[in-house]
Amino acid sequence: MSVQQTDIYAIALHHRFQWEEAQNCYVILFPEGMVKLNGGAGEVLNQVDGKRTVADIVTILKAKFSDVPDLENDIVGMVELALEKAWLRQVN
Amino acid sequence: MTQASLGQSVVQKEIQAQNNGVAANITHTQPLWLLAEVTYRCPLHCAFCYNPTDYDKHTQNELSTEQWIQALRDARKLGALQLGISGGEPLLRDDIEDIVIEAKKLGYYSNLITSGVGLTEKRIQAFKDGGLDHIQLSMHDITEEINNFITNTKTFELKKKVAAMIKNHGYPMVLNVVIHRYNIGHMRQILEMAEALGADYIELANTQYYGWSLVNRSQLMPTKEQIDEAEKITNEFREKQGSKMKVFFVVPDYFSDRPKKCMNGWGEVFMIVTANGDVLPCHSARVLPNMEFPNVRDKGLAYAWNDSPAFNKYRGDSWMKEPCRTCPEKEKDLAGCRCQAFMLIGDAEGADPVCSLSPNHHVITKAIEDSRNPVIAAQPIIFRNDKNSKAIIAGEMDDRVKEFHALP
Repeated sequence: MSVQQTDIYAIALHHRFQWEEAQNCYVILFPEGMVKLNGGAGEVLNQVDGKRTVADIVTILKAKFSDVPDLENDIVGMVELALEKAWLRQVN
Repeated sequence: MTQASLGQSVVQKEIQAQNNGVAANITHTQPLWLLAEVTYRCPLHCAFCYNPTDYDKHTQNELSTEQWIQALRDARKLGALQLGISGGEPLLRDDIEDIVIEAKKLGYYSNLITSGVGLTEKRIQAFKDGGLDHIQLSMHDITEEINNFITNTKTFELKKKVAAMIKNHGYPMVLNVVIHRYNIGHMRQILEMAEALGADYIELANTQYYGWSLVNRSQLMPTKEQIDEAEKITNEFREKQGSKMKVFFVVPDYFSDRPKKCMNGWGEVFMIVTANGDVLPCHSARVLPNMEFPNVRDKGLAYAWNDSPAFNKYRGDSWMKEPCRTCPEKEKDLAGCRCQAFMLIGDAEGADPVCSLSPNHHVITKAIEDSRNPVIAAQPIIFRNDKNSKAIIAGEMDDRVKEFHALP
């Protein structure tokens, strides 16, 4: 599945994304399982809200992490991975 | 943020519960999973129940609502995320609604593990409003005959109604089917039933032999050929059906060459609080000798997890004996299950006899042979009920438990 700049995503049904103080990371929770996300992955999914397009997310994170090169590919790669893992659903 | 911090390295830890075992890569202990066995009372009498056969001793001293809520708060502080509300049948308590509301407030991902008996429209609506995340329903077979036989109750029609209720309330449909001799021949039909019910997840849990299922081992164990066929059907179904429904097939350890990494390691990620407040690293730990398990009524969960001698006893690998101690594979399975080792060979530090490298592996071979012996297999099933629990406590069924080193 190829991710387009105009795509809008939300966290998949029956999944919950939240910050975990005890683990110091974002997690995804779902029936029978959980995934701890490292910093970069958590930052991307934290911007996914069912309203922002992929382009919006790229703009926001580029502003936040201006010193990181090639951010756009990283973000798209992360969204692709999250789709493959069924953590996200497309809303448009 | 760098490429290395994204892409394939994104998943630090992916952890999935699979009945008694989990797959994970853990660097430090944290009770990510809290299982609350809120009662041992149960309207079903399943022959394969893993609850202790002497559960009747623990039905009069259940924790109060306030004690459960305190336990939930304490476990959350320790890092617990996934909450299983189980039993017995948790719905026999009338305070599950309160427990659910507190779980939501604390940020747990909560799961009600139920037979469906006692789930009404009113209660499921209260669970939905309270923030319960999902419901795991046990199913037994596609036939009314086998369902009612193995659970020793007439619950077949009720389970279908409950499944529809779960779906109608927008819950993910999570089914658990314990697999044994009586339903293993219906694997394809069971999967088709799950698909027809709109299941999102189905766990096909081959019986593991603890508690009542150990007493009934010779009556329940399928053959190797049946298990291979069941796994083949499951794989074919997965291929045909794609990712719409996640199918977990829990491999039966008796037919493996190596033991399961039980509970993903003793005191690594799982913490169980039982009906009477005992805090355990696994479901059946109370069978182990010379162990005193902490109780939430005494010193609380932080002590239990971090400091209690019981939780520390089998962490790491310094307790291991040969052949495990020098085994190149010891990190993979941590010598298997302590309870199984003690129950079957009388040595809690020994290699799980499931391992083909164990000097005691013959007890497993013999158990498999016994299950194929028509005389032994024809012994009656001892169903899980109060009468049988009392009889086992009173020593009236010694001929069925004498080969084990503790009461299952």
